[in-house]
Amino acid sequence: MYVEMRDICKNYGNFRASDHVSFGIEKGKLVALLGPSGSGKTTLLRMIAGLETPNSGDIYIDGQRVNDVPAAKRGIGFVFQNYALFRYMTVYDNVAFGLELAKVPKKEIKKRVTELLELTGLSGMEKRYPNQLSGGQRQRVAFARALAPNPQVLLLDEPFAAIDAKVRTELRNWLREMVVKLGITSIFVTHDQDEAVEVADEIIITNHGHIEQMGTPMEIYKSPDTPFVAQFIGRSSIVEHYERLLGFDPVEGATHAVIRPEFVRMSRSEPPQHMSAAERGIVKDVIFRGNHLDVVVDVGGIPIVTERSLEKDPVEIGEQVYVLIYRLYIFDENQTYLVENKEMQEGEVFYI
Amino acid sequence: MEQKKSTKYILIAISVLFIFVMLILPLFSILFSALKEGFAFYLQAVTTEYVRSALLVTLLATVIAVVVNTFFGIMAAWLLTKFSFRGKQVLATLIDIPFSISPVIVGLAFLMTFGRLGWTYPAIRAINQFFGTNIRITFALPGVVLATIFVTFPFVSREIIPILNAQGKDEEEAAALMGAGGFTIFRKITLPQMKWGLIYGIILCTARALGEFGAVNALSKTRGQTFTLPLEIDALYMSGTDTSITSAFAVSSILVIIAVIVLILRNIFEYRSKNSKGIQ
Amino acid sequence: MKSTATNKTKKVRVIPGYHLTLGITVTMLSLIVLIPLASVMVSALKLRPAEFWSLITKSTVRHAFATSIGCSFIAALINSVFGVIIAWVLVRYEFPGKRILDGCIELPFALPTSVAGITLSKMYSENGILGAPLAKLGIKVSYTHLGLVIALVFVGIPFVIRAVQPVLEKLDGQYEEAAFMLGANRFQTFRRVLLPEMMPPVLTGFGLAFARGIGEYGSVIYISGNSAREHTQVISYVIMQKLGYIDYASATAIALVMLILSFVLLLAVNIVQMKQAARTNNV
Repeated sequence: MYVEMRDICKNYGNFRASDHVSFGIEKGKLVALLGPSGSGKTTLLRMIAGLETPNSGDIYIDGQRVNDVPAAKRGIGFVFQNYALFRYMTVYDNVAFGLELAKVPKKEIKKRVTELLELTGLSGMEKRYPNQLSGGQRQRVAFARALAPNPQVLLLDEPFAAIDAKVRTELRNWLREMVVKLGITSIFVTHDQDEAVEVADEIIITNHGHIEQMGTPMEIYKSPDTPFVAQFIGRSSIVEHYERLLGFDPVEGATHAVIRPEFVRMSRSEPPQHMSAAERGIVKDVIFRGNHLDVVVDVGGIPIVTERSLEKDPVEIGEQVYVLIYRLYIFDENQTYLVENKEMQEGEVFYI
Repeated sequence: MEQKKSTKYILIAISVLFIFVMLILPLFSILFSALKEGFAFYLQAVTTEYVRSALLVTLLATVIAVVVNTFFGIMAAWLLTKFSFRGKQVLATLIDIPFSISPVIVGLAFLMTFGRLGWTYPAIRAINQFFGTNIRITFALPGVVLATIFVTFPFVSREIIPILNAQGKDEEEAAALMGAGGFTIFRKITLPQMKWGLIYGIILCTARALGEFGAVNALSKTRGQTFTLPLEIDALYMSGTDTSITSAFAVSSILVIIAVIVLILRNIFEYRSKNSKGIQ
Repeated sequence: MKSTATNKTKKVRVIPGYHLTLGITVTMLSLIVLIPLASVMVSALKLRPAEFWSLITKSTVRHAFATSIGCSFIAALINSVFGVIIAWVLVRYEFPGKRILDGCIELPFALPTSVAGITLSKMYSENGILGAPLAKLGIKVSYTHLGLVIALVFVGIPFVIRAVQPVLEKLDGQYEEAAFMLGANRFQTFRRVLLPEMMPPVLTGFGLAFARGIGEYGSVIYISGNSAREHTQVISYVIMQKLGYIDYASATAIALVMLILSFVLLLAVNIVQMKQAARTNNV
């Protein structure tokens, strides 16, 4: 493990921001700390950086315990949420700042800054001030500034939060490419699951100061460990009385289930297979989502959201349709159970 | 981030010491000097004929200045925050002029306008001859009032303009689109927004008007008739005897008490307006 | 009704009251502020250049200008240093009594200048509570330039504090953290990151305190002694003196110079503020 947190606790007064948190990150990985606001993800990032001190527990970077190592000596580059670019310094001076403090010779500073600005596509902007840059450019300056002293670990706090939607997608790809190219171990904080899924090699999901699950985006998506993760990830809707649905037996103590659109197939005519599992429902609503339609079908009082391709013939509100439900995440307070529809065990290939 | 405790305490100590010596000590020094000859003397000093006359003149000038400047402040604030037009920045700067001008020059300005050598003097004389009146502006109450208005001119507008700027004009525009008239918009939307700032501006204007010295000094020469409290304090202090100096401090203590009340109100209103912003 | 020709170029103003408030604002501003000031300027400009020059270069006038400008400058410098310290303490630290301390800052604005003047004069006189111990140390305050500077510090301190405070409050801790992460120590962070941020408001406060000091009258005339020989006359006092002698030519000539001075200072302050706004917008 390159970066490791062992049994970290952190309190702010009565608020427990980190509750016995442990995890490890391998060298060169790009990891997302994902969770709702107030879940303690930023606190974890700041503790790794040395901007906060944990009440208990150990932090290791490259095998060395760094709890008592000052922030600037931990070999960490930090990109702040609003970038915290020094407003009275030019782009060049911002990037050179860390190197000047480290008393690097002027010539080398110039070489390194030029190289970084080239890498981040900011050549020619050396003399500009932060207020003369676009949001995306500022983020790149912040990135270059954090990378200048050659850190071993790069930490980014909500790196895309302050950027408008269109540029955000572009920057996500850019950041991913950069990190892969440099091979630097990176951790970023986000509350946006799409961002985490698209950019990260691994995702750590935080909630109420502890870690719910850690794994690759695919693992987390396909097999959520906890009710929280099941609800938080993907387009999840929660249904009660799932036992009324054909093919699902009640699990003791578990009264709710998570259903995702991709678990459901809807058709206007009787499905050729699994007739025994097909439910009849009434179309309640049809919503245009840009590249597909969301069709809400009422099945015995349970609203089920399905997706329908625009290529298929449209359905109308009030129409009777057939619905096949492949699987559900049934959960109680502590656990999630992936339950397949028992009426269709022959194993039709499921894919997302 | 780790902060060195020692730096913190040294800086706090410097600040406390500075504020105590430079600001708080003078306050107590006034009260102490005022009561030096005992309470009976104090009461007597603040109730002489001269002081009573000065108090009346001061109050008159203050009330007029506050009314005029509140009206002006609201008009100017409405103009500068709800509309954009050419020369707006220049106008805003011109309104702030009285802040940066020596009060003595203010006095001089009115002398040069309405005084014996001022360019309006022939007109004033003609009016007086025609109506058989004896209207005078300088060295008379109108001059005192005018000077007081001048020095407190931007006080109200300066307090409410930043508040209205921060609020934007969306709400007013929405109301106007719904068909509300100017006065309704002002009363229902703008006034509640700037309430605390307006009150604070009025209080500040009052305090400054009560205490104006330099400008009035140039325009008022008759003790017991056109003297304001600060002029009366000056007269008492300058006569130089021990008792008159104590009297000067006794009269000053009235203004000190008003100043302290102003400061307390300021803090209350600032707190209120911060809080009401927080709710929105 | 407006003609259609003007309607075309006129901006659409949804909120009513533009013409009314514009009319009232400009009229009142002109009557109360602009016309009287213009009277001073016009009568000063009526003087022949040579006459004007000789009036403002008389030795008493020259010395008074030097005293006012010099003492105000020193006082504004002192205020800049202490203003930054106090603003820093009030924004960054928590300690008992902080709110009261904060509430006292505006005392010089609320206290009438003449009251401040006689109090300072008394406190620093040779048997005053501060004057007596200082006199024992051989430091004379009343009727000296030192006394003038103290009075001007009193008058000017709120300008710097109240200019710096809001900027410090808005200054995100992220800037310091960013510098810290890059390896800056506390002194380097202050010098390289915080000081540039604080510089514009300090300059603004300095300019305002300086301008106020040059024109100050009530709070300085009692402590300064107003001696022409010892050069403790301030320029406002000289104007008042000239008014007493009905020497309006000298008074207006000096006033014109002062008006130009304060105009230049105000302009400088505005430029600093505009630059600051440009640099910090949307960042």
